[in-house]
Amino acid sequence: MTLSEKYGTEIAEILSRYPVKRSALIPLLYLAQREGGYITEAAMIEIAGILKLTPPQVYETATFYTMLNLKPVGTFHIQVCKSLMCALVGSDTVIGWIKAKLGIGPGETTADGLFTLTAVECLAACGTGPMMQINDDYYERLTEEKVDRILADLKSTGSCALKTGPFMWPEPARNG
Amino acid sequence: MSAIEHMPTYEPVLLKNMSQPGYTGSLPDYEKTGGYRALRNILGKVAPADVTQLVIKSGLRGRGGAGFPTGVKWGFLPKDYQGPRYLCCNADESEPGTFKDRQLIERDPHQILEGIVLACYAIGAESAYIYIRGEFVLGAKILEQAIGDARAAGYIGKNILGTGVHADVWVHRGAGAYICGEETALLESLEGKRGLPRVKPPFPATHGLYNKPTVVNNVETLANLPHIINRGPEWFAAIGSPPKSTGTRIFCVSGHVKRPGNYEVPMGITFRELIYEHAGGMRGDKAIKAFIPGGASAPFLTPDHLDVKMDFESVAAAGSMLGSGGVTVMEEGTSMVWAALRLMEFFYHESCGKCSPCREGSSWLVQTMRRIVAKRGRAQDLETLSDLCKNIAGRTVCAFGDAEVSPIMSTLKHWRHEYLALIHEAEAAHLLRPEPAAKRH
Repeated sequence: MTLSEKYGTEIAEILSRYPVKRSALIPLLYLAQREGGYITEAAMIEIAGILKLTPPQVYETATFYTMLNLKPVGTFHIQVCKSLMCALVGSDTVIGWIKAKLGIGPGETTADGLFTLTAVECLAACGTGPMMQINDDYYERLTEEKVDRILADLKSTGSCALKTGPFMWPEPARNG
Repeated sequence: MSAIEHMPTYEPVLLKNMSQPGYTGSLPDYEKTGGYRALRNILGKVAPADVTQLVIKSGLRGRGGAGFPTGVKWGFLPKDYQGPRYLCCNADESEPGTFKDRQLIERDPHQILEGIVLACYAIGAESAYIYIRGEFVLGAKILEQAIGDARAAGYIGKNILGTGVHADVWVHRGAGAYICGEETALLESLEGKRGLPRVKPPFPATHGLYNKPTVVNNVETLANLPHIINRGPEWFAAIGSPPKSTGTRIFCVSGHVKRPGNYEVPMGITFRELIYEHAGGMRGDKAIKAFIPGGASAPFLTPDHLDVKMDFESVAAAGSMLGSGGVTVMEEGTSMVWAALRLMEFFYHESCGKCSPCREGSSWLVQTMRRIVAKRGRAQDLETLSDLCKNIAGRTVCAFGDAEVSPIMSTLKHWRHEYLALIHEAEAAHLLRPEPAAKRH
């Protein structure tokens, strides 16, 4: 199925936000990877057609951004922040735990296709490190027990209650 | 947490609502605290140029990093231009060490939206885009919801509150690129291109989004506007370290402290107060060795700088910058060469590739640093590092070049002996290695 067939109304809504069509490029690339987790060549060609661009123009933009995947990734894409602020409080250890538990290093995917591990640069959660993002969700102030539970919950139910909600740190006083 | 009697308390401005028990950031919650009152009092009642004057009078400076006076920036837009103008809210929050905008977005989105509409009114923009970093999926959802609610209530959209003023707001998600926090790279990205900074001039004020007059303001900057309107520019100008650093700042503390997190304080308190009182001091009561005062782009400072005041001028005079407000603290025992390498790896990964000194130089820098940390360095490596840094800084289209050399330059300045120790170790190990077998002739 093409993107237009699948997301017709959503594409029209996205296009309506911008006076210049090309601005819809990143939003449409997100649509293209929503289901499969990555962007196919066919999708890029279709998007080029929708936005009146050449396929290389789409490819040019798609290859600049780390969140746009041009290759398949696991069902759960684990991204551990490795920048200095998280490294000071143990992000290398977190990567070690995951390596030991799943048998994959950064850049690798488990044989069952469930987990991909990536070491990434700063995700703007420096006060609550070490931290990782899995698909859309942040998991912060990680401990080995938390990592264990997150991986187990995701494997069994597809979600985990330890993900961060609306962020505030330090947490507001609870009196009252 | 136990009570901290000696800790000075300040009245928060931006974090006030969300610090109240039960505050959810919903539209009814925001309205109950007086939300959208500034909008009601300004739109159609005060001339846009007067709103700009008011912001100039308050002394508000950009909270994203550069600290440019906000009202002055607005004033650069051409007065007689008839076509569309744009406002972009910079919610990219990509500077390592910074995590304040995320909290403002997720806990009190209407405070930002009210600021956005006020800014739109002042500069005559009918469209605003919130460029939010792609990883903030929850933040983007919260903003979308808040925009929908505000639109339904008549605070956003066509003919706001019946005043004839139009201002529509959209969320635009980035997709993982540090450089898109730089305002012209942000505009390129918003236009669907690679996020490569533009050569300035022309500046966004005249040639911005779609080549139209554009203002780019940070989330925290915009969130201050309703308060400046409600309480007056004199009130704002009296907070902090007037006349040049007025208002509060949300400082983000990370690293080896007991209580990392966001603390809103008046500008001009000392780093010592922020680190030892608000953030609870060093974990395990160890000695402090170093701190970065304003995000990864800011040169490292030493314990000798703890009594420097946290305002734009004082930090600049100390040889660094207040930047984005991200304060990262490191304890005794942390290798400064390793710390500089970690940041260098960040900059190497994030260099956009437009300018040769930065693209090639970052690769050389990271390789040289890796060699030194791996104890395979050579005596001449320090000179190589200095030479590379000098040839990158000031020779690129955007400020990234200056930013990427600051961790190395500043650690070389304050902790040169650590670099030398690693290199001496490497050389000693080299001497112990057996001589290669003599070549046969």
